[in-house]
Amino acid sequence: MSAAERPALEVRGLTISVPTRGGGRGIAVRDVSFSVPAGGRAGLVGESGSGKTMTSLAIMGLLPSAARVEAGEILLDGDNLLAKSQREMQRLRGKRLSMVMQDPMTALDPCFTIGSQVAQPLHQHRGLSRGKLNAAVVESLEQVRLSTARDRLRQYPHQLSGGMRQRVTSAIALAGQPRVLIADEPTTALDATTQVRYLKLLRDLQEQTNFALLLVAHDLMVVQHVCERVIVMYGGEVVEEGTAEDVFNAPRHPYTQALLGAIQVVDDTVTLTPINGNAPDVADVLPGCRFQPRCAHARDVCLTPPALVGEDDGPVTRCWGVQQGWLAT
Amino acid sequence: MTANLDTPPTDTADQPPVAKPLVRQRRWQKLRLGRDLSLLVLALFVFAAIFAPLLTPHDPVDNSLMDALKPPMWMAGGSWENILGTDSFGRDVLTRLLYGARVSLIVVVFSLLIAVVIGTSVGVLAGYAGGKTDAILMRLVDIMLALPSLLVALVAAVALGPSMRNLVLILGLLIWPNIARLIRGETMALKNHEFVAYAKAIGAPRWRILLKHVLPNVMPTLLVAATLEVANVILTEASLSFLGAGLPPPAPSWGVMIDDGRALIATGWWISMFAGLAIIVTVLAFNGFGDWLRDRYDPQTRDL
Repeated sequence: MSAAERPALEVRGLTISVPTRGGGRGIAVRDVSFSVPAGGRAGLVGESGSGKTMTSLAIMGLLPSAARVEAGEILLDGDNLLAKSQREMQRLRGKRLSMVMQDPMTALDPCFTIGSQVAQPLHQHRGLSRGKLNAAVVESLEQVRLSTARDRLRQYPHQLSGGMRQRVTSAIALAGQPRVLIADEPTTALDATTQVRYLKLLRDLQEQTNFALLLVAHDLMVVQHVCERVIVMYGGEVVEEGTAEDVFNAPRHPYTQALLGAIQVVDDTVTLTPINGNAPDVADVLPGCRFQPRCAHARDVCLTPPALVGEDDGPVTRCWGVQQGWLAT
Repeated sequence: MTANLDTPPTDTADQPPVAKPLVRQRRWQKLRLGRDLSLLVLALFVFAAIFAPLLTPHDPVDNSLMDALKPPMWMAGGSWENILGTDSFGRDVLTRLLYGARVSLIVVVFSLLIAVVIGTSVGVLAGYAGGKTDAILMRLVDIMLALPSLLVALVAAVALGPSMRNLVLILGLLIWPNIARLIRGETMALKNHEFVAYAKAIGAPRWRILLKHVLPNVMPTLLVAATLEVANVILTEASLSFLGAGLPPPAPSWGVMIDDGRALIATGWWISMFAGLAIIVTVLAFNGFGDWLRDRYDPQTRDL
């Protein structure tokens, strides 16, 4: 593959185990593969326990010490991150690979002003000195559309609203001009109107600075707003992947269909259909398809594990029904 | 209450709305009283310690047996020359009290410096590193805390010989485990805060996380802990000096003074009494100040 078409971020066969209550180890992420093209926007969707956060933490090299990568590769511009030392990862974080976290209320240090917290990574990653630093801080705060950025420099995190703080953390995350930005549920802690504005900002920022964005969310609408490609995870596995258009307009996997059916649509003719049952626990050993116990269409064949199958560049699905053609889409 | 329904609202409108603010103000004033009294005593203590030579014409160790055992000025035989009387060596009690404050302050400052530096380093390191480092350091702290501190101090003081330097060292080394344990807990809580995870995610090196995110955030706790330990240091110093293992006798330490007056407690009560009072008042003031600080910086009410 030439450098031009090499994806910015590629995850290949990632498998992560975590200790279970019984004392053994369960597989939290199983053979997950996907890629985000340079300058592309991909969304990783799934409910709690689907392994999406584990995957994003593994990419950052910030997995909790109890979790262990069993197999796979994580390639950043073709560079395997799993082979790097802690120290190499620390040097790389913030510069080539950065992250926006879920809760903006606690992501900023209460002891320091906004200005100094934004200045730190600018100084560290871009080597800006004192003279240029102040202007750069204002510039990066204006870039994330923080109103009256100049006046905010001397304010402390508690003086800012949630939306403003998420803008500040984004400015910090982007200070090193990363190749890849992972946003893990960046809007979950924000209220609805702020969410939309933040997502628009995120998309505009991505278009301006051209980093590859991996947006991790449980909310399909959030992903639909921003992403070109969608990866749906369930029970630690990728169950469907495709362009946003394909996945949202013609979902193929029963789980994706069910997810979309559970979204509130402001329309009297559509009824809200919940998905019955619970997402599988890491410790559960399920034969075959992980979604099969909750699936309305399950047949005997579903007790053997299906593979992720699809055309090149087209949508891929991990479902017997789709592959054997008996499941209506 | 039903009668009030008939009264026109204009009647009540004339009265200032006092009910709610009054309660709040009273609680606020109560808090300030404790702090102000403590601060006043602490200011006096530090002032006396620093300016002792300027406040009294007498020397704290020069003895003149001619002037021995003079009572305080308000008793028969007392004079303005020795306001709180003299001890059995003819040394002015007030002068020795003032210089005693200086001794206490020096011991407090230097032993706490040792305790804070060691305690904070160990606490932050153990709390942040966790695992084996934490286990080893904390067992060490447990061992230190299990030792009867006064007894250890006594043995160490006797073994090393009485001197200011040894006293400071012993007290500092005895007190750091208290601080280490507290700081470790605080660090562990901080470690799980998102801003620490976030600092990591944007590539902050470990030393910066410790120095810039953990240390400043444990400062309030450290400040409160150190203030409360001051009282501990003063008491232990006085106890050791009283037992003869602290500062050597001519030194004007409050503990030494109590010991000086021990044999004469029935007749020359003032020799021990005022030193004892000084200890009580100073310790109370430091505790009061520490309590107030703790209320102020309580993580429950601290504005994050």
